[in-house]
Amino acid sequence: NTTTELLATVAGATGLVITLALILIMTSSTELIRQASYELFWYTHHIFIIFFIGLAVHGVGRIVRGQTPESLLQHNVTFCRDRYTKWQTGTSCPVPQFSGKEPSAWKWILGPVVLHACERIIRFWRFQQEVVITKVVSHPCGVLELNMRKRNFKMAPGQYVLIQCPSISSLEWHPFTLTSAPQEDFFSVHIQAAGDWTGALCKVFGAEGPIPMESCILPRLAVDGPYGSALTDVFHYTVSVCIAAGIGATPFASLLKSLWYQCESEAHTELNKMYFYWICRDPGAFEWFADLLLSLETHLSEQGKAHFLSYHIFLTSWDENQAAYIALHWDEGTDVITGLRQKTSYGRPNWNKEFQQIACQHPSSNIGVFFCGPKALSKTLQRMCHLYSSADRRGVHFYYSDESI
Amino acid sequence: MGQIEWAMWANEQALASGLILITGGIVATAGLFTQWYFGAYSIAAGVFVCLLEYPRGKRKKGSTMERCGQKHMTKVVKMLGPLSRNYYVRAFLHLGLSVPAGFLLATILGTACLFIASTIYLLAAFRGEQWIPIESKPKERPQVGTTIKQPPSNPPPRPPAEARKKPSEAEAEEGAAGGPTGGPQVNPVPVTDEVV
Repeated sequence: NTTTELLATVAGATGLVITLALILIMTSSTELIRQASYELFWYTHHIFIIFFIGLAVHGVGRIVRGQTPESLLQHNVTFCRDRYTKWQTGTSCPVPQFSGKEPSAWKWILGPVVLHACERIIRFWRFQQEVVITKVVSHPCGVLELNMRKRNFKMAPGQYVLIQCPSISSLEWHPFTLTSAPQEDFFSVHIQAAGDWTGALCKVFGAEGPIPMESCILPRLAVDGPYGSALTDVFHYTVSVCIAAGIGATPFASLLKSLWYQCESEAHTELNKMYFYWICRDPGAFEWFADLLLSLETHLSEQGKAHFLSYHIFLTSWDENQAAYIALHWDEGTDVITGLRQKTSYGRPNWNKEFQQIACQHPSSNIGVFFCGPKALSKTLQRMCHLYSSADRRGVHFYYSDESI
Repeated sequence: MGQIEWAMWANEQALASGLILITGGIVATAGLFTQWYFGAYSIAAGVFVCLLEYPRGKRKKGSTMERCGQKHMTKVVKMLGPLSRNYYVRAFLHLGLSVPAGFLLATILGTACLFIASTIYLLAAFRGEQWIPIESKPKERPQVGTTIKQPPSNPPPRPPAEARKKPSEAEAEEGAAGGPTGGPQVNPVPVTDEVV
């Protein structure tokens, strides 16, 4: 029976096992499963260990045959292949000899496996390093802000770290974007309780209880990183458009803070103009970075650079009472929800209009568009970038970058 | 992993298995291997599994993204009633479907994948999950009469909306309080018309 015979060989068994492992990894990595349960994705993904071991071992049975090295020395392939009829022992083209080829898959996978092993070792080493939690802030809408310090931690704006909390789970590392600027002496993350692990983290840090916790009973955290992301390119464009939806504003918070410090220190960057769009469903969400935007606004206007940052905040859902309240305070100088001078807009942005305005204002520049948020909006923005980029090489060009994990 | 609905992963795995069964079956039938009829069976089983698993079930918590065009298959799968709702049935069905494909090397991968999908469905069934079809809610037609609110029954100055009682509540309170808000305005200070 062919099946049993082939499955009894090393190649057959390993082939089946590793293909199965790959399929399991693929089905548990779809966007839906990742969002529904990150843990399932994380644990199933570690089957890659079986995959790589199986791949390296797959050729051990030497079923694929190739010409032996001795035969290759005597029988020159390029010369002899056209003289097929003259292959005989004793002539310049003796009959070629074949034997099982040794496994060579390991040559391909050695490099990446070694690099990944190094990464894991570094992660383990960083796990041993001490992380001091300096401040814990509980924001509305279930967002927890953690300010931490770690020795020799250097970051660039827009990067992310992996965090592990051994008291919740000793095997899971979850990625979070850094929300502090490199110039500050601490680094911070904003974590929204959106799943099992994040919910447990918020609970363990006492976000739900009214009483603040003593610093000695805070759980230990391990931080691995920082790792890069596309957002570090924001300062390399002359004009940047940053669009954030909900908690997706966290990477841009780091950028805005860094901008603040750069204004203070008069550092020179290529960036001339930044547009920031923040779309939120809940007015409480603005509280996460309201003071940041406020201080940035006043600071820039003090320095005479009020035109540098143009930000627009959009609130997409409200009820009757809120609407009545907003209408009542419509004519005031500062916005009733955020307290900023720039008024909040209601409803979703009209991207056609926005992109058209930006394209008109900066006719021949390269504009970087950076987005963090849901996929549907990402598709819309990509379409806008294509639509409003000019066909002329010297005209305006929008370059799109997506930050969503 | 408290929040995971195992049926979601089982569904993805079963859909992938169906596609693999079809592919393996095509290879076996086209190559006319020995016992190629198992290949033909595998194509049929793969198509059946794909059609059964294409409509995504509704999650208990939160919203579910439909696969595109799944409305038509949802209707068909719904007609099977408890056979499609119950995950025990699906688990054993997949187990049964996977066995014949195991006789041929070209389709044995499909067998293994479908067997794993069947195990995950068994786990989902143990946890009491069920397949609920995603149905679009019928659009509520706004009835013309109810959107017109009652005009205010008292002249200005009027108290704000929270203090103003609705007419239906005022009727209920008529006997109890006989309050001033339902009926005509009762002025605290007598008002006289000074026109001579």
